[in-house]
Amino acid sequence: MKSEVKIRQEMSEKKLKTNNSKLETAPVPGLYVHVPFCRSKCLYCDFYSVASSAAIPAWLNAVQREMLLYREKFHEFDSLYIGGGTPTLLDERQLATMMEQLFRNFTFCPESEMTMEANPDGLSRQKFKTARELGVNRISLGVQSLDDGELKYLGRSHSSEQALKALEMLRSLGFANISVDLMYGFERQSLQGWKKTIDRVLEFRPEHLSCYQMTFEPDTPLGKMKAAGKVRPIGEKLETAFFIWTSRCLEKQGYHQYEISNFARGREFMCRHNRKYWGHIPYLGLGPSAHSFQAGSRWWNVKSVKRYCQLLEEGKAPVEASEVLSEEQLDLESLGLGLRTSDGVSLYASGGRLGSGHSLDEARKSGLVKVIDGRILPTRKGFLVADSLPVMLSEQ
Amino acid sequence: MQQIRNFSIIAHIDHGKSTLADRLIQHAGMVNERQFRDQILDNMEIERERGITIKSQTVVLPYTSRSGEEFELNLIDTPGHADFSYEVSRALASCEGVLLLVDASQGVQAQTIANLYAAMEHDLTIIAVINKIDLPSADIDRVKEQIEHDLGLDSDQAILCSAKEGIGIEDVLEAVADRIPAPSGDAGKPLAALIFDAYYDVFRGTVVSCRVFDGTVKPGDTIRLMSNGATHKVEEVGVFHLNRAPQGELSAGSVGYLIAGIKTVSDIKIGDTITLDSNPVSSALPGFKNIKPVVFSSVYPISSDDYPSLSDSLEKYKLNDAALAYQKDSSAALGQGFRCGFLGLLHLEIVQERLEREFDQSIIMTVPSVQYRFTLLDETTVTVENPQYYPDPALIKTSFEPFIKAMIILPERYMGAVMKLCLERRGSSPKISYPTPARVEITFDMPLAEVVFDFYDRLKTVTQGYGSFDYELIDYRESDLVKLDILVNSERVDALSLIVHRDRAREWGVQVCERLKEEIPRHNFKIAIQGAIGGKIISRSTISPFRKDVTAKCYGGDITRKRKLLEKQKKGKKRMKMVGSVMIPQSAFVSVLKGRDE
Repeated sequence: MKSEVKIRQEMSEKKLKTNNSKLETAPVPGLYVHVPFCRSKCLYCDFYSVASSAAIPAWLNAVQREMLLYREKFHEFDSLYIGGGTPTLLDERQLATMMEQLFRNFTFCPESEMTMEANPDGLSRQKFKTARELGVNRISLGVQSLDDGELKYLGRSHSSEQALKALEMLRSLGFANISVDLMYGFERQSLQGWKKTIDRVLEFRPEHLSCYQMTFEPDTPLGKMKAAGKVRPIGEKLETAFFIWTSRCLEKQGYHQYEISNFARGREFMCRHNRKYWGHIPYLGLGPSAHSFQAGSRWWNVKSVKRYCQLLEEGKAPVEASEVLSEEQLDLESLGLGLRTSDGVSLYASGGRLGSGHSLDEARKSGLVKVIDGRILPTRKGFLVADSLPVMLSEQ
Repeated sequence: MQQIRNFSIIAHIDHGKSTLADRLIQHAGMVNERQFRDQILDNMEIERERGITIKSQTVVLPYTSRSGEEFELNLIDTPGHADFSYEVSRALASCEGVLLLVDASQGVQAQTIANLYAAMEHDLTIIAVINKIDLPSADIDRVKEQIEHDLGLDSDQAILCSAKEGIGIEDVLEAVADRIPAPSGDAGKPLAALIFDAYYDVFRGTVVSCRVFDGTVKPGDTIRLMSNGATHKVEEVGVFHLNRAPQGELSAGSVGYLIAGIKTVSDIKIGDTITLDSNPVSSALPGFKNIKPVVFSSVYPISSDDYPSLSDSLEKYKLNDAALAYQKDSSAALGQGFRCGFLGLLHLEIVQERLEREFDQSIIMTVPSVQYRFTLLDETTVTVENPQYYPDPALIKTSFEPFIKAMIILPERYMGAVMKLCLERRGSSPKISYPTPARVEITFDMPLAEVVFDFYDRLKTVTQGYGSFDYELIDYRESDLVKLDILVNSERVDALSLIVHRDRAREWGVQVCERLKEEIPRHNFKIAIQGAIGGKIISRSTISPFRKDVTAKCYGGDITRKRKLLEKQKKGKKRMKMVGSVMIPQSAFVSVLKGRDE
């Protein structure tokens, strides 16, 4: 009989091997900057932002201070993600200042992925040109829908026409890696309307698509309207129909569904930065409410521009709280995150408890997962129940 | 002995018994304000939460009367539920008087009357105390009238108090000293002491609470337990302050404790008589009964790895609960476990909760059952308290089930509803009497199986809390019994089987299927639940599968939130048991038998 220590050793070796073969080199961290400003708040959004640009200069100052706190801890990144909020609310000068400071304080590997989120309203050709010159090589455009009625329901501040124009402009400026954010599965939208949006967007052949299912987060206006009975989710059956249709349609169009909500036109267009979140690869988040992860611990910043600026002025880290993850927690997260991706999880994950389990057999029989080359891969049907899969597969 | 007073407090639930006890202790100067915790006597966590007393405790209150006389007032606390009525009767047998507590706004209620009867049975001096007089809704005149008419007590002598506000506490103590007679007895006679409680102390073994009626006992004596003749050498005697206070001896009239190297609580019996081995009393004190479990259920660890730890926990638990009986058991669905016997359903729930909280066990308790008897064709008789061992129906000649005499006291206006309830539960031979005007006492012969589960709850519902209930086992009667099997996805779950009367089988089948439908969470496949007798399906329900989670985005690095949701799910799963491929929550097994409040 093998001793437990021996088995664990073998397993961790296997774990290392699988990791190595996948990534080949040690993972390089990613950098996130949160720009917490919007022209107006969308009704579904629960990311932290304020509907005013007044505090941008103070925020910009504070972010520069925050960079100084971490320049020793994080040396090099191979991805940058400027998100929000609405980063395109920064003017060219502010954008330039921020980028210069980032380059001054941190090192970026050659061919780093540098994404900026953009909103179709108030777009300026010059701003995108500047962004491109500053190194931004990937744009994530918040289109959400190409139906004006749907856009209104979602509380978006732009029209479908503005969105189409934005896409044209980005292409004409030579951006070769464009991602489009879309949203589906809400009352105002029919499957027909959703299909129309997708068809129209696909004419631009974006390299990447994020198709998010509508969720009613408690603290958002739509969440409150749902609690008050004013709006309703479309129900399990329709949600399933939307998801399956989207997944099939985009696959036919040559997109790879590498995560529940994310589609790439080829592996090279998978979002390198977002994948770090799902793979426990270190990341640093700057700006109010941003999350960071390094060496098994996670910390997150205060959710207030004012407090964020104040703390940094006092020379303190603007951190609201932090946690050190136990091995059990890391395992559970790996399972939860991995099973949302097409890479799935290793049979040897969670200390090897998954592979031998009765639950895995059940999930296979139910067609929720497949096991290929030592990995548990969620099927399309499995993606539908991705929130339940991890606990379903945990043996205890 | 002239300065000793032995008394209990009895009351309808929530009339303030524990609060008054706390006040009396505080008034006697036994604790200072800082040490004072609410409900000092109810010191088990569950007791505090449920507001009921499970194990009785005793305390001596030193008191100097208004005339300057010094007294020792022994307050004997009593448990407050029908499951423990025998324990209550032994505690009352140790007293000369009681404080009968009545809530000033709610007035005389069913348990007040039932308690009064119990006290009268023991010939005790009864002091009526009207509590909660500070409440705006207090109606003292009305309550006095009820005390006069419904209880037949002199309302002029009733004491007014508010235990919560500390009003009238002195009057209560004075009345105990003044009106309750001093115990009688002869310290020179052979020892006769009544055991009314016992608990386990890790260092000293069993601590026996007793009332000495005659004679004297001191360390070094060899005592004899009259029920089984066992002898033990006394190591220590004493009285209860908030902790034990050793004394040189205990003699006639006093209430105290005795430690005699008795290993477990199960080695002694509540109601037994203690005497001296060298000079035994000729006859035991009256009222002793061997208490036997009436409700049976099996306990299984959720994870089979935890079997040794559960075994260990039960062993430790048993040290302090003589009423619990258990032996090894096993089930195809649930693995290795223990079959346990309880005094009633509340007792079962208390054991379940304490195993979980104090012993950190994750357990499942199966559907409770009473003990049935079967005469087989070959004339052998088998006793079955686990439906799993129900004999082959083809071999059964006659079936028997235990019957009780149910005694119900209620205001006349609820008589229709209560009659209906009892007849639904297969009650027969009703007898009706009117002990006091507007109040009715009904007795019914009923199958025990019909009352152990939720009868008391139902009775309280249909009488709006005014019905009180007590019962005694009378005999076994012939009955038409069948075994109801429950199939989950065509797989028989032995732990959910029930033995029921044929006429009630369909009703039970429907109820169990409906309750399981509520209790079992949706799975990613359809779950069919069926009730069957032999091969015949008599009821069914279906749990539709879930096909879709709302897969919220996982984005922006806030993985913590996501993980917390998973941790919550995982915790939920730990409280479920896999039966075949279906997860059945722990709560399902017992709850299938509880009716819903309409």
